[in-house]
Amino acid sequence: MSLFDQKVSDLHELLHKKEITVSDLVETSYKRISEVEGKVQAFLTLDEENARHKAKALDERIGQADEKGLLFGMPIGIKDNIVTKNLRTTCASKILENFDPIYDATVMGKLHQAETVTIGKLNMDEFAMGSSTENSGFKDTRNPWSLDRVPGGSSGGSAAAVAAGEVLFSLGSDTGGSIRQPASFCGVVGMKPTYGLVSRFGLVAFASSLDQIGPVTRTVEDNAYLLKAIAGHDEMDSTSANVAVPDYVSALSGDIKGLKIAVPKEYLGEGVKEEVKQSVLDALKVLEKLGASWEEVSLPHSKYALSTYYLLSSSEASANLSRFDGVRYGYRSPDAQNLLDMYKMTREQGFGDEVKRRIMLGTFALSSGYYDAYYKKAQKVRTLIKKDFEDIFQKYDVIIGPTTPTPAFKIGENLADPMTMYVNDILTIPVNLAGVPGISVPCGFSEGLPLGLQIIGKHFDESLVYKVAHAFEQATDYHKQKPQL
Amino acid sequence: MSRISTDQVKHVANLARLAITEEEANTLTQQLDKIITFAEQLNEVDTDHVEPTSHVLEIKNVMREDVAKPGLPNEEVLKNAPEHQDGQIKVPPIIE
Repeated sequence: MSLFDQKVSDLHELLHKKEITVSDLVETSYKRISEVEGKVQAFLTLDEENARHKAKALDERIGQADEKGLLFGMPIGIKDNIVTKNLRTTCASKILENFDPIYDATVMGKLHQAETVTIGKLNMDEFAMGSSTENSGFKDTRNPWSLDRVPGGSSGGSAAAVAAGEVLFSLGSDTGGSIRQPASFCGVVGMKPTYGLVSRFGLVAFASSLDQIGPVTRTVEDNAYLLKAIAGHDEMDSTSANVAVPDYVSALSGDIKGLKIAVPKEYLGEGVKEEVKQSVLDALKVLEKLGASWEEVSLPHSKYALSTYYLLSSSEASANLSRFDGVRYGYRSPDAQNLLDMYKMTREQGFGDEVKRRIMLGTFALSSGYYDAYYKKAQKVRTLIKKDFEDIFQKYDVIIGPTTPTPAFKIGENLADPMTMYVNDILTIPVNLAGVPGISVPCGFSEGLPLGLQIIGKHFDESLVYKVAHAFEQATDYHKQKPQL
Repeated sequence: MSRISTDQVKHVANLARLAITEEEANTLTQQLDKIITFAEQLNEVDTDHVEPTSHVLEIKNVMREDVAKPGLPNEEVLKNAPEHQDGQIKVPPIIE
């Protein structure tokens, strides 16, 4: 039994009753890391000395007037594309192998205010491009449920570390499914908030119109607490939405009577494994028992989401990643004799294959003569995909389907052909294109591997998404299962 | 018919400032051709009267007060620079 088997709110109470200390929580993390990290390989950098130091300082203040908030003293892991001041931030790329940020991302500032303790930085696909964490420039993270399988990606380290009990919770980022898909593969809860709800300042940009930071946790309640802590308007991010952040936890009443659920037929169609479909149909039965009703609907442009996504996200990436040129930070090729060669050799040697492939695709789609045919066309189809969601939300409260077409696949299985890897994200990508919030919660197992239920809401309707996810979680016990490591 | 030639791939690599090898150029030609061919399914969709979406929220022209603020300290700017001299970032020759 680990302390991390308990919810944040319970741990907070134990801290206040002086039954545990912040140091106990932090040591729970590092002890577990020493036991299982050799197998799981979720972390790129540990921040042990600072974490222990901070834990001691926080322990002095438990119960005092300036100690506030439920997240006080809670150990957290951070995806390595979120910049952390004076703590190495690599994006799992050789090009940033020794990058030591001089400022904190806005979410880190908010976590400092909430007084969480950062345990370390988590592995990911290089620059968040991938669905398996195999594109990391440093190591393969393994799925705690089956070590020969991928944890999903790109936030594979964030999901694996939580599933393995190495941290209580973590932050990930989601551009096309990168929080929800690994959460599904690792049997944990992962939320991609509405675009604009969480500041992207200090999130190393992949596709700026799609990227969002979000929480990965063991329970829906913990997820709601963590989102509340990191959400909110930020003048440092011009795409940050100026909306009030509600108290998500107060929405977790369990009461979903009269809820109207839309189930897109495209999400239970071709390519979706039979056990996955069945787990969703079983989940819908659970929700019906709780007083919800569901109907089959259509999101007719779903089949175009993958193409749209790869054109748009790669185009944005090709522009965003132009900043890695060997001049101001990161790796510089020692071989070049002039500036132009320095750019080219630095980028050639510093980036991995998938990142180069996407930069190439994006540069092509934006290049003269092809811009209208590819980039602008994809932007127009994006409008239609977004409208599909708006139409459904005229009549229904939430959309439900699987998070992924299959459970976690084997390491190496999808590496040969980029297209087979891309298909993993067909059920999560439309949500990013529409900018709406989506969560993945555990909803079953297939041959011992976790499956995830995806619940999608209207813009800024995270409260309802959490309410439904929580009601489902409380009526089932999938979230109580843990991997044997 | 292939959608992209190896020469085009080399041209795009130059635009993207990537010194790709001959072998990479060949592999990328095949892979990009496959991805672009797949992406051309978008041509099935009638978008004649559809506005492009670059951004999902109704936020436009976010302005702030034009007030000067202190910049970053020189030592912080140089902290991660691969090479620097006399408080400035150093790069290889630009003009030969």
